[in-house]
Amino acid sequence: MSDSLDLSQVGPAFADPVRDSQSAFRWLMDAVARPGEEVRFDHSLEVPGGLCLAAAASALTLFDFETRVWIDPALRARPAEAWLRFHCGCPLTNAPLEAAFALVVDLATAPALSAFNAGDAKYPDRSTTVIIQLASLSGGRRVRLRGPGIKGERMIEPNGVPSDFWAQVQDNNAQFQFGIDLLLVEGNSLIALPRSTQIQFVEGD
Amino acid sequence: MSDHKTEESPNAARQHWMSVLAKAKTEEIVEAWGEIGQRPKYAAIRNPELGLVLVRGRMGGAGDAFNLGEMTVTRAAIRLESGEIGLSYVAGRNRGHAEIAAIVDAMMQSAEYRPLVEETVIARLAALQSACRELAARKAAATRVDFLTMVRDRGPV
Repeated sequence: MSDSLDLSQVGPAFADPVRDSQSAFRWLMDAVARPGEEVRFDHSLEVPGGLCLAAAASALTLFDFETRVWIDPALRARPAEAWLRFHCGCPLTNAPLEAAFALVVDLATAPALSAFNAGDAKYPDRSTTVIIQLASLSGGRRVRLRGPGIKGERMIEPNGVPSDFWAQVQDNNAQFQFGIDLLLVEGNSLIALPRSTQIQFVEGD
Repeated sequence: MSDHKTEESPNAARQHWMSVLAKAKTEEIVEAWGEIGQRPKYAAIRNPELGLVLVRGRMGGAGDAFNLGEMTVTRAAIRLESGEIGLSYVAGRNRGHAEIAAIVDAMMQSAEYRPLVEETVIARLAALQSACRELAARKAAATRVDFLTMVRDRGPV
């Protein structure tokens, strides 16, 4: 991954790096604390082509030189890759199992969720956090969520997920305490699905 | 920096001027920059920001690397309207210095702007630096003591 960095297409990142990344961190924590709730990031940010604002803000806040990042082949050799390398300084990897974070923009061609690192018995927290960029967070198949951070139950209907995606998420839940954490993003919105959140299909849908 | 390996000399030239810009005293670079009348428009890719770098060294240049200590560094990246990218890493925490160094780095890569800064900024700062080095070297040389040593018998081994 030591190819030289082409900066010709790289734009700026957060206008105010300290405050904006702190706001973004708060936004991410709120989302993970309340799984299934759609939360918005209301700071402006110039994003590279191929990434939505929420994906870019999450990347700037979470990725750094100590985190290996798997990025979707669709972003490879594009301005988005140079942008991530320049602004986050993160090493990239082609092996999903090595990744601390993964950035998926096309779920249809992405590796199965089980290909990412689910953590180990000593350090279940060393699993991959997968950021999935979707076409829309509404209008898709409805699923019911239960678990910590959810009072009773909550419904979500993200659009653009492949038909076997929710079954993969259920398999991911089944191996708790291991498992990956998911961040679904679109525009400036984020829905977190940590491994502790149980997925159920809604009858009749 | 896509020409990292294929073309050696343009890189060496850029290393030279980036080094001159980084090592310049802040007052000197600000003064030299003040004399540039025609300044290009530019946009920041990375606003000047402070950070720490770990300085490592090797005893005699050959031993194992050890951590010497951390130093503050200010870095910046800008893009001129004409597309040239300027980068700077400057010791200390002066944001203005880092920004000027990045702009001049970009101007040095542009055929249009290079004549404006090559003499006024780079050559001038380089001359100040070599004068400073020479003075230090002369002061040091004046205090040098030459020891005449003879190889001594090591005694019984």
